[in-house]
Formats: sequence, C-alpha cells, structure tokens
Amino acid sequence: MKEKRRKQTIQLAIWTLTWVATLALATFGPEFFWEQSSVLTPLSIGINLVIGGLMIWANKNLFDLYDELERKLHLEAMAFTLGATQVVGLTYSLLDQKNLIGFDSEIGFLVMFMGITYMIALAVNRKRYL
Amino acid sequence: MRNNVKELRKEKGLTQEELAEIIGVSRQTINAIEKEKFDPSLPTAFKMARLFGTSIESFFHFED
Repeated sequence: MKEKRRKQTIQLAIWTLTWVATLALATFGPEFFWEQSSVLTPLSIGINLVIGGLMIWANKNLFDLYDELERKLHLEAMAFTLGATQVVGLTYSLLDQKNLIGFDSEIGFLVMFMGITYMIALAVNRKRYL
Repeated sequence: MRNNVKELRKEKGLTQEELAEIIGVSRQTINAIEKEKFDPSLPTAFKMARLFGTSIESFFHFED
C-alpha cells in the first residue's frame, strides 16, 4: 500500500509540474515564441486543459488511497476552502464592479487565495486530529 | 467516544504501526483513535473487534 501511494504521489507531482509548464507555455508562448499564431495558441490552451484533467484524475487516484482519517482531514479542508472562496470571490468581484479597489480583479488572486486557505485549513485539521 | 484500544493493542503485543498495517489504516489514524480524537468507521471498528476477539461495545463506550 505504501509503495502504491508513493508511486501515485510521484505521478501526481509529474502531472502537476507538466500542468504548470503547459500553463506557462500557453500564457507566455504567444508573446515570446510564436507571435499570436492562430493554431498554436488555442492548441497550447487545449493541451493545458487536457493535462489539467489528467492532474485532477491523478489527485483523485491518490485520494482513493487515503484512509478514513486522511479523507476526513482533506474533505473538511476542501469544504472550508469552497465556502471561503465563494464568499471572498463574490466580495472581490463586487469590490471591483463598484470600483472600490484600485486595480482590476484577477482570477489569479482567487486561485492563490484558494491554495493558501486549503493549506491553512489542512494544517489546522492536522493539529486537531493528529 | 471513549475507548480502550491502546490497552487491547498492548495486550496483543502490537505496535501502532503493526495494528495500522493489519487494519489497513495509517499509524496516525490508530494514534488519533487511541487519543480519542477520532472515531473510526464501522468497518474499521469491526476489523479491530475481530482482531481483539471481542465485541465493539466492549472497547468503544458511547457517551451521550
């Protein structure tokens, strides 16, 4: 079981790194490598989307190998993150719509918020149960 | 829920790691159960009962 988990963790790490790399390529490629090609830009975005799907699948497979306590820790952290992102995301959007923030809202901030919230929620849960 | 898993495990001469391996959970889960921070699922409780040769009610004590 431990060996299976180690392999699955490595697989997830590989897909995550590939996804980040293809995201960077889709973001900066049109600017630095192929000068707004009408074929390469949508192709790079499509590849990034497919790799993202495979990354999610690898994460799901790793989740299946977790035991009941680990699942509880992650599910509670996910639930908190989902709720917090919905509330903060809509507030952020409202602030932008009403011109109460001095910059345009970016989805990147929300993704960063989600990641940080999830890590904090997981750390709190680990402290509570472990 | 109160329990005496730790005592039963020691009676069997098992470490947390060994019990975890037999039951099919992580060592941290066994530790959390023994510290009464986490109540296991029914399948896990039944596996423990089978291993300890006793009933679930004899080592998990429900308090309202």
